Amino acid sequence: MKYAGLLVMPAGFFLTVAALVLFPAPGPRAAFVVCGLAVEAMGLAVAVRGHMHRRGEERP
Amino acid sequence: MTEASFALTLALLLLAPLAIAGMALINTGLGRSRSAAQALLGNLAIAAIAAIVFAFVGASLSGVAGGPGFALYTGGKLWGWIGNGPFLLGGFGAAADHAQLATIFEFWSVAMAALIPWGSGADRFRLAGGCAVAVVLAAFVFPLFSFWTWSGGWLAELAANFGLGTGFLDPGGAAAVHVLGGLSALAVVWIAGPRRGKFPKEGLSTAMPGHNAVYVLFGCFVALVGWLAWNAAGAILWLQAPLASLPVTAVNTILAACAALTATFAVTRFRFGKPDASLCANGWLAGLVASSGCAAVVTPGKAIFAGLVAGIVTPLMVELLELALSIDDPSGAITVHAAAGLWGIFAAGLFSATSGQLVAQLVGAAALLGVVLPVVYLLFALINRFIAFRVDPDGERLGMDLHELGGGAYPEFVIHRDESYR
Repeated sequence: MKYAGLLVMPAGFFLTVAALVLFPAPGPRAAFVVCGLAVEAMGLAVAVRGHMHRRGEERP
Repeated sequence: MTEASFALTLALLLLAPLAIAGMALINTGLGRSRSAAQALLGNLAIAAIAAIVFAFVGASLSGVAGGPGFALYTGGKLWGWIGNGPFLLGGFGAAADHAQLATIFEFWSVAMAALIPWGSGADRFRLAGGCAVAVVLAAFVFPLFSFWTWSGGWLAELAANFGLGTGFLDPGGAAAVHVLGGLSALAVVWIAGPRRGKFPKEGLSTAMPGHNAVYVLFGCFVALVGWLAWNAAGAILWLQAPLASLPVTAVNTILAACAALTATFAVTRFRFGKPDASLCANGWLAGLVASSGCAAVVTPGKAIFAGLVAGIVTPLMVELLELALSIDDPSGAITVHAAAGLWGIFAAGLFSATSGQLVAQLVGAAALLGVVLPVVYLLFALINRFIAFRVDPDGERLGMDLHELGGGAYPEFVIHRDESYR
Protein backbone atom coordinates (compact mmCIF):
# COMPACT_ATOMS: atom_id res chain seq x y z
CA MET A 1 0.00 0.00 0.00
CA LYS A 2 2.86 2.37 0.82
CA TYR A 3 4.37 1.81 -2.64
CA ALA A 4 0.98 2.37 -4.27
CA GLY A 5 0.76 5.72 -2.51
CA LEU A 6 4.27 6.65 -3.58
CA LEU A 7 3.40 5.78 -7.19
CA VAL A 8 0.27 7.91 -7.12
CA MET A 9 2.28 10.98 -6.10
CA PRO A 10 4.28 11.26 -9.37
CA ALA A 11 0.97 10.77 -11.23
CA GLY A 12 -0.29 13.94 -9.54
CA PHE A 13 2.91 15.71 -10.53
CA PHE A 14 2.49 14.74 -14.19
CA LEU A 15 -1.09 15.99 -14.05
CA THR A 16 0.26 19.34 -12.87
CA VAL A 17 2.83 19.47 -15.65
CA ALA A 18 0.22 18.45 -18.22
CA ALA A 19 -1.99 21.30 -17.04
CA LEU A 20 0.77 23.78 -17.92
CA VAL A 21 1.04 22.49 -21.47
CA LEU A 22 -2.61 21.72 -22.21
CA PHE A 23 -4.41 24.69 -20.68
CA PRO A 24 -3.23 28.14 -21.76
CA ALA A 25 -6.15 29.87 -20.01
CA PRO A 26 -5.37 30.78 -16.38
CA GLY A 27 -8.60 29.41 -14.84
CA PRO A 28 -8.55 25.80 -16.10
CA ARG A 29 -4.77 25.70 -15.69
CA ALA A 30 -4.97 26.68 -12.04
CA ALA A 31 -7.82 24.22 -11.46
CA PHE A 32 -5.84 21.32 -12.94
CA VAL A 33 -2.72 22.27 -11.01
CA VAL A 34 -4.78 22.12 -7.82
CA CYS A 35 -6.20 18.76 -8.96
CA GLY A 36 -2.66 17.47 -9.43
CA LEU A 37 -1.82 18.55 -5.89
CA ALA A 38 -4.98 16.84 -4.62
CA VAL A 39 -3.91 13.59 -6.29
CA GLU A 40 -0.50 13.93 -4.63
CA ALA A 41 -2.18 14.52 -1.28
CA MET A 42 -4.21 11.34 -1.77
CA GLY A 43 -1.05 9.41 -2.61
CA LEU A 44 0.63 10.79 0.51
CA ALA A 45 -2.36 9.79 2.63
CA VAL A 46 -2.20 6.24 1.25
CA ALA A 47 1.56 6.06 1.90
CA VAL A 48 1.08 7.32 5.48
CA ARG A 49 -1.71 4.80 6.00
CA GLY A 50 0.50 2.01 4.66
CA HIS A 51 3.24 2.84 7.12
CA MET A 52 0.78 3.05 10.00
CA HIS A 53 -0.36 -0.51 9.31
CA ARG A 54 3.21 -1.66 9.32
CA ARG A 55 3.91 0.03 12.64
CA GLY A 56 0.84 -1.55 14.16
CA GLU A 57 2.10 -5.00 13.24
CA GLU A 58 5.73 -4.53 14.18
CA ARG A 59 5.86 -2.24 17.16
CA PRO A 60 9.30 -2.52 18.73
CA MET B 1 27.20 42.55 -9.65
CA THR B 2 28.78 45.62 -8.06
CA GLU B 3 31.76 45.37 -5.74
CA ALA B 4 29.60 46.44 -2.79
CA SER B 5 27.03 43.73 -3.57
CA PHE B 6 29.76 41.14 -3.94
CA ALA B 7 31.43 42.06 -0.66
CA LEU B 8 28.17 42.19 1.26
CA THR B 9 26.92 38.87 -0.15
CA LEU B 10 30.22 37.18 0.65
CA ALA B 11 30.08 38.52 4.21
CA LEU B 12 26.49 37.27 4.56
CA LEU B 13 27.46 33.87 3.21
CA LEU B 14 30.23 33.64 5.80
CA LEU B 15 27.62 34.20 8.53
CA ALA B 16 25.05 31.79 7.10
CA PRO B 17 26.64 28.63 8.64
CA LEU B 18 25.39 29.89 12.00
CA ALA B 19 21.97 28.60 10.87
CA ILE B 20 23.55 25.15 10.50
CA ALA B 21 25.23 25.49 13.91
CA GLY B 22 21.90 26.41 15.47
CA MET B 23 20.23 23.45 13.82
CA ALA B 24 22.98 21.15 15.09
CA LEU B 25 22.45 22.37 18.65
CA ILE B 26 18.70 21.93 18.33
CA ASN B 27 19.03 18.42 16.89
CA THR B 28 21.37 17.45 19.71
CA GLY B 29 19.27 18.95 22.49
CA LEU B 30 16.09 17.28 21.28
CA GLY B 31 17.68 13.82 21.39
CA ARG B 32 18.53 11.83 24.51
CA SER B 33 21.66 12.37 26.62
CA ARG B 34 23.09 8.93 25.80
CA SER B 35 23.14 9.87 22.09
CA ALA B 36 24.30 13.50 22.38
CA ALA B 37 27.91 13.11 21.21
CA GLN B 38 26.88 10.91 18.30
CA ALA B 39 24.21 13.43 17.33
CA LEU B 40 26.58 16.40 17.29
CA LEU B 41 29.38 14.49 15.60
CA GLY B 42 26.83 13.29 13.05
CA ASN B 43 25.82 16.86 12.29
CA LEU B 44 29.44 17.77 11.66
CA ALA B 45 30.23 14.64 9.64
CA ILE B 46 27.10 14.93 7.50
CA ALA B 47 27.78 18.59 6.71
CA ALA B 48 31.37 17.68 5.78
CA ILE B 49 30.41 14.74 3.56
CA ALA B 50 27.61 16.67 1.91
CA ALA B 51 30.03 19.50 1.06
CA ILE B 52 32.66 17.14 -0.38
CA VAL B 53 30.17 15.16 -2.46
CA PHE B 54 28.57 18.37 -3.68
CA ALA B 55 31.98 19.67 -4.74
CA PHE B 56 32.74 16.40 -6.58
CA VAL B 57 29.43 15.80 -8.33
CA GLY B 58 26.56 17.95 -7.12
CA ALA B 59 27.89 21.34 -8.19
CA SER B 60 28.22 20.03 -11.73
CA LEU B 61 24.61 18.82 -11.86
CA SER B 62 23.37 21.90 -10.04
CA GLY B 63 24.82 24.12 -12.74
CA VAL B 64 24.71 27.90 -12.89
CA ALA B 65 22.15 30.24 -14.42
CA GLY B 66 22.92 30.57 -18.13
CA GLY B 67 25.40 27.70 -17.99
CA PRO B 68 25.32 24.39 -19.85
CA GLY B 69 22.63 21.87 -19.03
CA PHE B 70 20.35 19.16 -20.36
CA ALA B 71 16.84 20.06 -21.50
CA LEU B 72 13.83 18.21 -22.87
CA TYR B 73 11.79 19.69 -25.70
CA THR B 74 8.13 19.02 -24.94
CA GLY B 75 4.93 20.89 -25.71
CA GLY B 76 6.85 23.42 -27.78
CA LYS B 77 8.97 24.47 -24.77
CA LEU B 78 12.43 23.69 -23.46
CA TRP B 79 12.36 22.09 -20.00
CA GLY B 80 15.79 22.38 -18.42
CA TRP B 81 16.09 19.44 -16.05
CA ILE B 82 19.72 19.14 -14.95
CA GLY B 83 22.97 21.08 -15.21
CA ASN B 84 26.14 19.98 -16.93
CA GLY B 85 28.98 21.94 -15.38
CA PRO B 86 32.58 20.80 -14.86
CA PHE B 87 33.18 18.19 -12.16
CA LEU B 88 35.12 18.90 -8.98
CA LEU B 89 34.42 22.64 -9.28
CA GLY B 90 36.60 22.94 -12.38
CA GLY B 91 37.05 26.57 -13.37
CA PHE B 92 35.53 27.82 -10.11
CA GLY B 93 38.26 30.41 -9.57
CA ALA B 94 37.68 31.97 -12.97
CA ALA B 95 33.88 31.87 -12.80
CA ALA B 96 31.75 35.00 -12.68
CA ASP B 97 31.18 36.68 -9.28
CA HIS B 98 27.55 35.60 -9.13
CA ALA B 99 28.36 31.98 -9.97
CA GLN B 100 31.02 31.82 -7.25
CA LEU B 101 28.71 33.21 -4.59
CA ALA B 102 25.84 30.99 -5.76
CA THR B 103 28.06 27.94 -5.32
CA ILE B 104 28.91 28.95 -1.75
CA PHE B 105 25.19 29.45 -1.06
CA GLU B 106 24.52 25.96 -2.41
CA PHE B 107 27.28 24.48 -0.22
CA TRP B 108 25.50 25.66 2.93
CA SER B 109 22.15 24.71 1.47
CA VAL B 110 23.12 21.12 0.79
CA ALA B 111 24.68 20.80 4.25
CA MET B 112 21.49 22.11 5.86
CA ALA B 113 19.25 19.85 3.77
CA ALA B 114 21.32 16.79 4.71
CA LEU B 115 21.20 17.65 8.43
CA ILE B 116 17.42 17.75 8.59
CA PRO B 117 16.82 13.96 8.33
CA TRP B 118 19.58 13.36 10.88
CA GLY B 119 17.56 15.14 13.57
CA SER B 120 14.48 13.06 12.79
CA GLY B 121 16.39 9.82 13.08
CA ALA B 122 17.87 10.74 16.48
CA ASP B 123 18.59 7.93 18.96
CA ARG B 124 18.45 5.10 16.40
CA PHE B 125 19.94 6.35 13.12
CA ARG B 126 23.49 5.04 12.54
CA LEU B 127 26.27 7.41 11.50
CA ALA B 128 26.89 5.34 8.37
CA GLY B 129 23.24 5.65 7.40
CA GLY B 130 23.26 9.41 7.99
CA CYS B 131 26.36 9.80 5.84
CA ALA B 132 24.80 7.66 3.08
CA VAL B 133 21.73 9.89 3.11
CA ALA B 134 24.00 12.93 2.85
CA VAL B 135 25.75 11.41 -0.18
CA VAL B 136 22.44 10.79 -1.99
CA LEU B 137 21.09 14.24 -1.24
CA ALA B 138 24.32 16.07 -2.13
CA ALA B 139 25.12 14.06 -5.27
CA PHE B 140 21.73 13.93 -6.92
CA VAL B 141 18.52 15.07 -5.22
CA PHE B 142 19.53 18.54 -4.07
CA PRO B 143 21.38 19.43 -7.30
CA LEU B 144 18.34 18.36 -9.31
CA PHE B 145 15.94 20.64 -7.46
CA SER B 146 18.51 23.39 -7.09
CA PHE B 147 18.96 23.44 -10.88
CA TRP B 148 15.21 23.55 -11.43
CA THR B 149 14.84 26.48 -9.05
CA TRP B 150 18.00 28.55 -9.06
CA SER B 151 19.96 27.75 -12.21
CA GLY B 152 17.50 28.33 -15.01
CA GLY B 153 15.68 24.99 -14.86
CA TRP B 154 12.05 24.49 -15.82
CA LEU B 155 10.66 25.88 -12.54
CA ALA B 156 12.68 29.08 -12.91
CA GLU B 157 11.47 29.35 -16.51
CA LEU B 158 7.76 29.10 -15.69
CA ALA B 159 7.50 32.85 -16.30
CA ALA B 160 9.16 32.78 -19.72
CA ASN B 161 7.47 29.58 -20.90
CA PHE B 162 3.99 29.86 -19.42
CA GLY B 163 3.65 33.45 -18.17
CA LEU B 164 3.40 32.37 -14.53
CA GLY B 165 4.46 35.35 -12.42
CA THR B 166 8.24 35.64 -12.19
CA GLY B 167 8.71 31.86 -12.19
CA PHE B 168 8.97 29.69 -9.09
CA LEU B 169 10.30 31.82 -6.21
CA ASP B 170 12.49 30.30 -3.51
CA PRO B 171 14.90 33.02 -2.43
CA GLY B 172 15.83 31.61 0.99
CA GLY B 173 15.73 27.90 0.16
CA ALA B 174 12.37 27.06 1.75
CA ALA B 175 11.76 24.52 -1.03
CA ALA B 176 15.22 23.42 -2.17
CA VAL B 177 16.56 23.14 1.37
CA HIS B 178 13.79 22.79 3.94
CA VAL B 179 10.97 20.98 2.16
CA LEU B 180 13.50 18.71 0.48
CA GLY B 181 15.15 18.01 3.84
CA GLY B 182 11.81 17.60 5.61
CA LEU B 183 10.52 15.10 3.06
CA SER B 184 13.82 13.22 3.31
CA ALA B 185 13.28 13.18 7.08
CA LEU B 186 9.86 11.60 6.56
CA ALA B 187 11.41 8.92 4.35
CA VAL B 188 14.13 8.23 6.95
CA VAL B 189 11.61 7.98 9.78
CA TRP B 190 9.44 5.59 7.77
CA ILE B 191 12.40 3.39 6.87
CA ALA B 192 14.19 3.44 10.24
CA GLY B 193 11.01 3.10 12.30
CA PRO B 194 10.27 4.60 15.72
CA ARG B 195 12.53 4.46 18.77
CA ARG B 196 12.14 1.38 20.97
CA GLY B 197 9.26 1.84 23.35
CA LYS B 198 7.94 4.96 21.64
CA PHE B 199 4.70 3.31 20.58
CA PRO B 200 3.97 0.55 23.10
CA LYS B 201 1.34 -2.06 22.26
CA GLU B 202 -0.95 -0.67 24.92
CA GLY B 203 -1.77 2.98 25.63
CA LEU B 204 -0.57 6.23 24.17
CA SER B 205 2.89 6.91 22.78
CA THR B 206 5.68 7.32 25.32
CA ALA B 207 6.94 10.86 25.91
CA MET B 208 10.69 11.01 25.24
CA PRO B 209 11.60 14.65 25.90
CA GLY B 210 14.80 16.16 24.59
CA HIS B 211 17.68 15.98 27.07
CA ASN B 212 18.80 19.63 27.02
CA ALA B 213 16.33 22.48 26.55
CA VAL B 214 19.20 24.96 26.94
CA TYR B 215 20.92 23.66 23.80
CA VAL B 216 17.61 23.80 21.96
CA LEU B 217 16.69 27.35 22.94
CA PHE B 218 20.21 28.71 22.53
CA GLY B 219 20.28 27.02 19.13
CA CYS B 220 17.23 29.07 18.19
CA PHE B 221 19.13 32.32 18.81
CA VAL B 222 22.17 31.10 16.90
CA ALA B 223 19.96 29.98 14.02
CA LEU B 224 18.32 33.41 13.81
CA VAL B 225 21.65 35.09 13.04
CA GLY B 226 22.38 32.57 10.33
CA TRP B 227 18.88 32.82 8.90
CA LEU B 228 19.10 36.61 8.63
CA ALA B 229 22.27 36.25 6.59
CA TRP B 230 20.83 33.35 4.58
CA ASN B 231 17.64 35.15 3.55
CA ALA B 232 19.46 38.37 2.71
CA ALA B 233 22.08 36.54 0.63
CA GLY B 234 19.35 34.57 -1.14
CA ALA B 235 17.47 37.76 -1.98
CA ILE B 236 20.59 39.24 -3.59
CA LEU B 237 21.54 36.08 -5.46
CA TRP B 238 18.19 34.75 -6.68
CA LEU B 239 16.02 37.88 -6.88
CA GLN B 240 18.74 40.41 -7.73
CA ALA B 241 17.29 42.47 -4.89
CA PRO B 242 18.80 45.94 -4.43
CA LEU B 243 20.80 46.48 -1.26
CA ALA B 244 18.21 49.00 -0.07
CA SER B 245 15.59 46.22 0.15
CA LEU B 246 17.64 44.03 2.50
CA PRO B 247 16.50 45.71 5.75
CA VAL B 248 12.90 44.72 4.89
CA THR B 249 14.00 41.13 4.28
CA ALA B 250 15.79 41.10 7.64
CA VAL B 251 12.84 42.63 9.49
CA ASN B 252 10.47 40.14 7.86
CA THR B 253 12.68 37.25 8.94
CA ILE B 254 12.70 38.47 12.53
CA LEU B 255 8.97 39.17 12.56
CA ALA B 256 8.02 35.79 11.10
CA ALA B 257 10.08 33.99 13.78
CA CYS B 258 8.73 36.18 16.59
CA ALA B 259 5.12 35.78 15.45
CA ALA B 260 5.54 32.02 15.14
CA LEU B 261 7.06 31.74 18.61
CA THR B 262 4.26 33.84 20.11
CA ALA B 263 1.62 31.71 18.41
CA THR B 264 3.20 28.42 19.52
CA PHE B 265 3.62 29.78 23.03
CA ALA B 266 -0.10 30.65 23.15
CA VAL B 267 -1.25 27.37 21.60
CA THR B 268 0.83 25.19 23.95
CA ARG B 269 -0.21 27.33 26.94
CA PHE B 270 -3.84 26.79 25.95
CA ARG B 271 -3.43 23.07 25.14
CA PHE B 272 -1.25 21.95 28.06
CA GLY B 273 -1.72 24.66 30.69
CA LYS B 274 1.95 25.70 30.41
CA PRO B 275 4.07 26.70 27.43
CA ASP B 276 6.21 23.86 26.07
CA ALA B 277 9.88 24.78 25.56
CA SER B 278 10.71 22.30 22.80
CA LEU B 279 7.52 23.02 20.86
CA CYS B 280 8.15 26.77 21.20
CA ALA B 281 11.62 26.19 19.73
CA ASN B 282 10.00 24.25 16.90
CA GLY B 283 7.59 27.14 16.38
CA TRP B 284 10.45 29.63 16.21
CA LEU B 285 12.21 27.48 13.62
CA ALA B 286 8.98 27.02 11.65
CA GLY B 287 8.66 30.82 11.47
CA LEU B 288 12.23 31.07 10.20
CA VAL B 289 11.61 28.34 7.62
CA ALA B 290 8.43 30.06 6.42
CA SER B 291 10.40 33.30 6.15
CA SER B 292 12.87 31.55 3.84
CA GLY B 293 10.07 31.27 1.32
CA CYS B 294 8.53 34.70 1.58
CA ALA B 295 10.62 37.20 3.62
CA ALA B 296 12.20 38.75 0.53
CA VAL B 297 8.91 39.31 -1.32
CA VAL B 298 6.30 40.34 1.27
CA THR B 299 5.57 43.27 3.56
CA PRO B 300 6.19 43.11 7.33
CA GLY B 301 2.48 42.65 8.07
CA LYS B 302 2.27 39.66 5.77
CA ALA B 303 5.47 38.22 7.26
CA ILE B 304 3.80 38.35 10.69
CA PHE B 305 0.77 36.55 9.28
CA ALA B 306 2.99 33.90 7.69
CA GLY B 307 4.76 33.41 11.04
CA LEU B 308 1.50 33.24 12.98
CA VAL B 309 0.13 30.50 10.75
CA ALA B 310 3.39 28.53 10.98
CA GLY B 311 3.40 28.93 14.76
CA ILE B 312 -0.21 27.79 15.19
CA VAL B 313 0.10 24.78 12.88
CA THR B 314 3.44 23.52 14.24
CA PRO B 315 2.42 22.22 17.70
CA LEU B 316 -0.84 20.80 16.36
CA MET B 317 0.89 18.98 13.53
CA VAL B 318 3.66 17.64 15.77
CA GLU B 319 0.94 16.17 17.98
CA LEU B 320 -0.98 14.80 14.99
CA LEU B 321 2.07 13.07 13.52
CA GLU B 322 2.99 11.45 16.81
CA LEU B 323 -0.37 10.51 18.27
CA ALA B 324 -2.51 9.85 15.21
CA LEU B 325 -0.02 8.79 12.54
CA SER B 326 2.61 6.95 14.66
CA ILE B 327 5.47 8.98 13.19
CA ASP B 328 8.38 9.27 15.65
CA ASP B 329 10.17 12.50 14.73
CA PRO B 330 12.24 13.65 17.75
CA SER B 331 13.30 16.95 16.18
CA GLY B 332 9.90 17.75 14.65
CA ALA B 333 11.67 18.24 11.32
CA ILE B 334 8.80 16.98 9.18
CA THR B 335 6.55 19.69 10.56
CA VAL B 336 9.14 22.41 10.98
CA HIS B 337 10.90 22.01 7.65
CA ALA B 338 8.52 20.26 5.24
CA ALA B 339 5.18 21.74 6.33
CA ALA B 340 6.42 25.23 7.22
CA GLY B 341 8.53 25.32 4.05
CA LEU B 342 5.52 24.44 1.92
CA TRP B 343 3.56 27.15 3.70
CA GLY B 344 6.38 29.65 3.08
CA ILE B 345 6.48 29.08 -0.67
CA PHE B 346 2.67 29.11 -0.81
CA ALA B 347 2.62 32.42 1.12
CA ALA B 348 5.08 33.93 -1.36
CA GLY B 349 2.54 33.26 -4.12
CA LEU B 350 -0.53 34.10 -2.05
CA PHE B 351 0.74 37.57 -1.16
CA SER B 352 2.23 38.33 -4.56
CA ALA B 353 0.61 40.99 -6.74
CA THR B 354 2.02 39.34 -9.87
CA SER B 355 -0.47 37.41 -11.97
CA GLY B 356 0.15 33.65 -12.01
CA GLN B 357 2.68 33.68 -9.15
CA LEU B 358 0.50 31.52 -6.90
CA VAL B 359 0.17 28.88 -9.64
CA ALA B 360 3.95 28.93 -10.12
CA GLN B 361 4.41 28.30 -6.39
CA LEU B 362 1.87 25.46 -6.47
CA VAL B 363 3.71 23.85 -9.38
CA GLY B 364 6.92 24.01 -7.31
CA ALA B 365 5.14 22.38 -4.37
CA ALA B 366 3.80 19.68 -6.71
CA ALA B 367 7.34 18.97 -7.91
CA LEU B 368 8.53 18.56 -4.33
CA LEU B 369 5.74 16.21 -3.30
CA GLY B 370 5.43 14.32 -6.56
CA VAL B 371 9.09 13.86 -7.41
CA VAL B 372 11.30 14.45 -4.38
CA LEU B 373 9.46 12.33 -1.80
CA PRO B 374 9.06 9.19 -3.97
CA VAL B 375 12.63 9.47 -5.27
CA VAL B 376 14.25 9.90 -1.85
CA TYR B 377 12.10 7.15 -0.35
CA LEU B 378 13.07 4.65 -3.04
CA LEU B 379 16.75 5.63 -2.94
CA PHE B 380 16.87 5.45 0.86
CA ALA B 381 15.04 2.10 0.91
CA LEU B 382 17.61 0.77 -1.56
CA ILE B 383 20.54 2.07 0.49
CA ASN B 384 19.02 0.66 3.66
CA ARG B 385 19.44 -2.83 2.19
CA PHE B 386 23.23 -2.37 2.10
CA ILE B 387 23.86 0.14 4.90
CA ALA B 388 21.30 -0.38 7.65
CA PHE B 389 19.89 2.93 8.85
CA ARG B 390 18.79 1.59 12.19
CA VAL B 391 21.08 0.50 14.98
CA ASP B 392 20.53 -2.98 16.46
CA PRO B 393 18.32 -3.24 19.59
CA ASP B 394 21.25 -3.66 21.97
CA GLY B 395 22.95 -0.58 20.56
CA GLU B 396 19.79 1.46 20.95
CA ARG B 397 19.39 0.34 24.54
CA LEU B 398 23.03 1.10 25.30
CA GLY B 399 22.84 4.51 23.64
CA MET B 400 24.30 5.69 20.36
CA ASP B 401 27.29 7.31 22.08
CA LEU B 402 28.62 4.15 23.67
CA HIS B 403 27.60 1.94 20.78
CA GLU B 404 29.00 4.02 17.93
CA LEU B 405 31.68 6.15 19.59
CA GLY B 406 32.70 4.10 22.62
CA GLY B 407 32.19 6.99 25.02
CA GLY B 408 29.37 9.21 26.22
CA ALA B 409 28.92 12.97 25.95
CA TYR B 410 28.37 13.31 29.70
CA PRO B 411 30.45 10.63 31.43
CA GLU B 412 29.58 11.94 34.91
CA PHE B 413 25.80 11.80 34.39
CA VAL B 414 23.63 9.17 36.05
CA ILE B 415 22.20 6.87 33.39
CA HIS B 416 18.48 7.35 32.83
CA ARG B 417 15.84 4.62 33.05
CA ASP B 418 15.24 3.04 29.69
CA GLU B 419 11.77 3.79 28.35
CA SER B 420 11.86 0.63 26.24
CA TYR B 421 11.49 -1.50 29.42
CA ARG B 422 8.02 -0.06 29.98
